[in-house]
Amino acid sequence: MATEAAHGAEEGSSLVFHPMDQFIVKPLFGGTEVHWYTITNVTLWMAITVLAIIALMVLGTSGKKQVPSRGQSMAEMAYGFVYKMVEDVTGKDGLRYFPYIFTLFMFIVFANVLGLVPMSFTTTSHFAVTIVLALAVFLTVTILGFVLHGAQFLGLFWVSSAPLAVRPLLAMIEVISYFVRPVSHSIRLAGNMMAGHAVIKVFAGFAAIAAVSPVSILAIVGMYGLEILVAFIQAYVFTILTCVYLKDALHPAH
Amino acid sequence: MATETHEAAGHAAEAAGSAGMPQLDFSTWGNQIFWLIVTLVVIYLILSKVALPRVGAVLADRAGTIANNIAAAEELKQQARDAEAAYEKALANARAEAAAIVEATRAEAAEKLKAATARADEQIAAKAAEGEAAIAEIRAGAMEAAETVARDTAAEIVTALGFSAPEGEIAGAVSARLKG
Repeated sequence: MATEAAHGAEEGSSLVFHPMDQFIVKPLFGGTEVHWYTITNVTLWMAITVLAIIALMVLGTSGKKQVPSRGQSMAEMAYGFVYKMVEDVTGKDGLRYFPYIFTLFMFIVFANVLGLVPMSFTTTSHFAVTIVLALAVFLTVTILGFVLHGAQFLGLFWVSSAPLAVRPLLAMIEVISYFVRPVSHSIRLAGNMMAGHAVIKVFAGFAAIAAVSPVSILAIVGMYGLEILVAFIQAYVFTILTCVYLKDALHPAH
Repeated sequence: MATETHEAAGHAAEAAGSAGMPQLDFSTWGNQIFWLIVTLVVIYLILSKVALPRVGAVLADRAGTIANNIAAAEELKQQARDAEAAYEKALANARAEAAAIVEATRAEAAEKLKAATARADEQIAAKAAEGEAAIAEIRAGAMEAAETVARDTAAEIVTALGFSAPEGEIAGAVSARLKG
């Protein structure tokens, strides 16, 4: 590859950072063209995500024990965690959508954590992925709101508790913030994932200098711990925001 | 060589287009979105058909077992409470019975004592009456004897002094003197 050769040449001379190379989408079986059907590293890591979820949620719970094994206990904790979140935020009627929200949560949390495996590819660090996730939530919630409440769903933007004079202004702000939701929802996740991984790569680049390598390695260890936290927190944040948006669709009144 | 230059050109164009961020290389978006949708559908099917019903059933089972055990424990507690109440009641009954027996015994003893006291009083009264009668008799006898002696003595003294008096007069005078 021409770029890699160039990288190699640069590395020979001085310090080089390629923190973003880890995010390049590459076909797995030769060729350079990435068609929509091409099997790429994205495919591989998404497949691993699916397998990991099967391992936890299907194989882990195969015992169906009253007193759970370790695997079953983890699966139950994940279930209980998301179930309670959906119930607390959206109320009992939101539980119909629990399987969808649980799917989102499991995909994001596993993709985030698997992305921390060295040499892996983080699918959730790509805007293409997070924008699809966020748009799916946004469109579902908007359509659901209109289906359930019809035109009354627009009451979400009309703050009836505010003085009449400021209501149009508030309505404008509400509309803008409503349409910004999918943007912030998706960029938050991809941005967090990308930034953490890039920072780790930058520290790894510094490790090439003998004098600073111990510091750099310590920094990588610290960042790695932080990234594990971020992986879970971002999955949690994405899921709870989904619940909040869903609550708006189910109960649009302020 | 031809392919290599083509690749290099492609990468250069790619690099220029994405400004160094593979995330903004829109040529890969279709691929990512396609595989993402496949992945999400697969995960959704696995979770909703297999995993979630299973975990939900296990959790419901466990909640049921726990509720049953708590109910059973509650029942046993109630039984223990009942047993304690029965014990307390039996104890109270026994105490009341004992108190009744004590009371009855005491009353009986008091009755007996009263009867015995009455009998003794009666006997004492009888004895006292008897004694009094004896004393009265003795006293009467003594009075009579003293009167006889006094009459005899008075008669003797009268005779000795050389006087003579009728029998009846002396006896009347002595009797009057003794009474007065």
